[in-house]
Amino acid sequence: MKANSVGAFFKKYTMVLALVAVAVFFSITTQGKILYPQNLNNLISQNGYVFVLAAGMLLCILTGGNIDLAVGSVVCFAGAIGAVMMQAGISMWLAVLAMLAVGLAIGAFQGYWIAWVRVPPFIATLAGMYAFRGLSNVVLQGYTVSIDNQTFLKVFGGGADCYVPDFLGGEMNMTCMAAGIAVTAIYLAITIRKAAVQKRMGIHQSSAANILQPAVICVLILWATWKLAQYKGIPTVLIWVSLVLLAYNYITTNTAIGRYLYAVGGNEKATALSGVNTNRVYFFAYANMGLLAGLAGILTVARASSAQPTYGQGYEMDAIASCFIGGASAYGGTGKISGVIIGAILMGVINQGMSIMGIETNYQRVVKGIVLLVAVMFDVLSKREKR
Amino acid sequence: MAEILLGMRNITKTFPGVKALDNVNLEVERGEIHALVGENGAGKSTLMNVLSGIYPYGTYEGDIVYEGEVCRFTNIKDSEKKGIVIIHQELALIPEMTIGENMYLGNERGKKFAIDWNTTYAEADKYLKMVGLTESSKVQVKTIGTGKQQLVEIAKALAKQARLLILDEPTSSLNEEDSRALLDLMLEFKKQGMTMIIITHKLNEVAYVADKITVIRDGTTIETLENHGPEPISEERIIKGMVGREMTNRFPKRENVKIGDVMMEVEHWTVHHPLYPERKVVDDVSINVRKGEVVGIYGLMGAGRTELAMSIFGQSYGVNFSGKLKIDGKEVKMKKSEADAIKHKIAYVTEDRKGNGLVLSQSIKVNTSLANLGSVSNHMVIDKDREYGVAEEYREKLKIKTPSVEQLVGNLSGGNQQKVLLAKWMFAEPDILILDEPTRGIDVGAKYEIYCIINDLAAAGKSVIMISSELPEVLGMSDRICIMNASKMIGEMKAEDATQEKIMAAILQAGRGA
Repeated sequence: MKANSVGAFFKKYTMVLALVAVAVFFSITTQGKILYPQNLNNLISQNGYVFVLAAGMLLCILTGGNIDLAVGSVVCFAGAIGAVMMQAGISMWLAVLAMLAVGLAIGAFQGYWIAWVRVPPFIATLAGMYAFRGLSNVVLQGYTVSIDNQTFLKVFGGGADCYVPDFLGGEMNMTCMAAGIAVTAIYLAITIRKAAVQKRMGIHQSSAANILQPAVICVLILWATWKLAQYKGIPTVLIWVSLVLLAYNYITTNTAIGRYLYAVGGNEKATALSGVNTNRVYFFAYANMGLLAGLAGILTVARASSAQPTYGQGYEMDAIASCFIGGASAYGGTGKISGVIIGAILMGVINQGMSIMGIETNYQRVVKGIVLLVAVMFDVLSKREKR
Repeated sequence: MAEILLGMRNITKTFPGVKALDNVNLEVERGEIHALVGENGAGKSTLMNVLSGIYPYGTYEGDIVYEGEVCRFTNIKDSEKKGIVIIHQELALIPEMTIGENMYLGNERGKKFAIDWNTTYAEADKYLKMVGLTESSKVQVKTIGTGKQQLVEIAKALAKQARLLILDEPTSSLNEEDSRALLDLMLEFKKQGMTMIIITHKLNEVAYVADKITVIRDGTTIETLENHGPEPISEERIIKGMVGREMTNRFPKRENVKIGDVMMEVEHWTVHHPLYPERKVVDDVSINVRKGEVVGIYGLMGAGRTELAMSIFGQSYGVNFSGKLKIDGKEVKMKKSEADAIKHKIAYVTEDRKGNGLVLSQSIKVNTSLANLGSVSNHMVIDKDREYGVAEEYREKLKIKTPSVEQLVGNLSGGNQQKVLLAKWMFAEPDILILDEPTRGIDVGAKYEIYCIINDLAAAGKSVIMISSELPEVLGMSDRICIMNASKMIGEMKAEDATQEKIMAAILQAGRGA
């Protein structure tokens, strides 16, 4: 029985353990450099787009292992439109709205073909991938368009060096630390309240994991904010990423549409016969993906303070890889936002660790590929064991 | 004559945490039909998987003695080389391929890089003739019916030079006529000296074909019964071994039968096939059901029962509908939408619980609430505690055997899955329930419990339409019986007047008249 529960623990937290192992590995090979506050900061700000896109990609993957290949091109196209608008002197907020609207419209367009005409998602989005890459070039006329609207850059984490201002002052960034403590407190309050409700309803819960998991999460939040506070504080992009992840965690776990995503991926026919309009579920997943691609476009051009026709290349693959490394099933129906976070961090840590070690980008790609394969293999094997 | 072909001795197979087989013994004589019966999860399939090498030598204890020698199979190929061929319950044919391609899949004629198609099709035709099929082996499998596909599976086994044929639930997807033909074919093979093991839930079939019956319960052999006498062995005797007690009544008594007004009425209902719109799958059918009544629909497979049910349920099957649907006396203009049907308080409990009914990768809780998620949510946000409470309530009410409602449905036995499916539709709070083969492929104990649930539903004033291919079930459960044949409603009788003979006679007569 004991051996069984240890096995179950490993199965449940395979990727978390892998992440810990990778982090330990790199902190040894880089003599602890990877844990420097500045590097932790970079990890977040460089990978902001991955988290945002992966949250949307997860919803698509849930519907049955379907992916959206157009994401990278949409990021570029939306960003290009915003940059051109701002350069023409149009209000920044109008530009932001336009970028989100363009993303949503493209998502809805692709979603229409996928949901109602039943064009396979792979094909529909491959078409989008070509088309919007081309259109980005047209909009930018092949040039780099720079952005100098300071408000825009500040709000969306621009210039790669943009932080929430420190209101409190002090030796280290006290605002950051206070935010960390506040988040921890809110998280704990929610967890305890949930446990109390479950206890009242007599829902069985395994006590060890129920205490351990929140404890580890609290320590991690405090540790990360403490690290960030020693550098320049909270990167602006972290705010956006956190908002997106919280919102999508809520959508996938607590709403009816979230439930339908899982149900469609698990058994589409049964879901349809339960009175759910499955076409709408597909449409939602892809339209939403477009919206998030628009947001990622904003973050991308803000970070670079410019738009270029080559931006966003390969972003779709980063998002897809994060989902699968994070335990989403390639057949749909299973996967969580928490897994996606782990997957994206794992990819980010590997990238950064190798960069610090001075490994060439080409080899970094090789390693990324191997990690993806191994992660999915682990997942498949650990599931097969059951039979 | 009494030569032992196969002996499985003291077979014990352990999975992590459970002993699936505990000292099981099975002896099969050459040239006999040996039936293996037991409730779901008793260990029949595990035993056959041990025999065919799916669980390789070394993963179980005990000996397999076949033709006098101890065998150590490490995979299916090993056992097939010895002539032990298993035909699984789920048909393993590829619809897009021809019959011949299917029969020799993995066993190709000719050379590795040059398949000899002439030999393939010539040999395939020969074996098809042996199983009584007149089709050419060059037609695609998808163009022939399920009954014939099952025969193709048998022909495929013969092509592998089978000497011991294992049939796992061969008739579970066949109608009575095709089932009977298959059983007769088995008897014919027996005359030619073939040895067969049949696994089935249908005890009348066991009594009809088997020479010996081995009963397995909870992973151990209970007894082996002989079936040689002039009188076939009684089903009650077999059931006694399977459940460990005498089942005096296979169908629970209906108590406080109060049949009220007409709840739903379908008039002149006609539905066309979705792919061949000129073909009528339901032809001018009229049927009604009253409050608190159980109406049984009996018919052979392909009679149009499922098509009728699904077309009533939000037109989820077919095209070009015509006819009238009245609920509670008022005519309803039904849209092509399942959600609309649910709104009109109709529920359709599918015959295909794995394919069309349940999301196997999700928990009992998620499945229970799926058809009525709105009632446990506020503005699209799910109240998870309320949802849990509902699932828990139905788990208790329907006696679903599971440690927790968080358990994945895919891990449950067939009977428990069926209960989850019923729970889902009961939670949708329908007034009219259409149950399509509610007891297919589940064991005797679970069947009885499902029957009790149906009776409770009727007693609570719900209108129940029960579609079934099992005559005793239709006779035992219904207040009224409608008979369908070839897309038409051909007769209706009160339960007290109906007998198996009358129903079959009606079908035969309709068949002749057409």
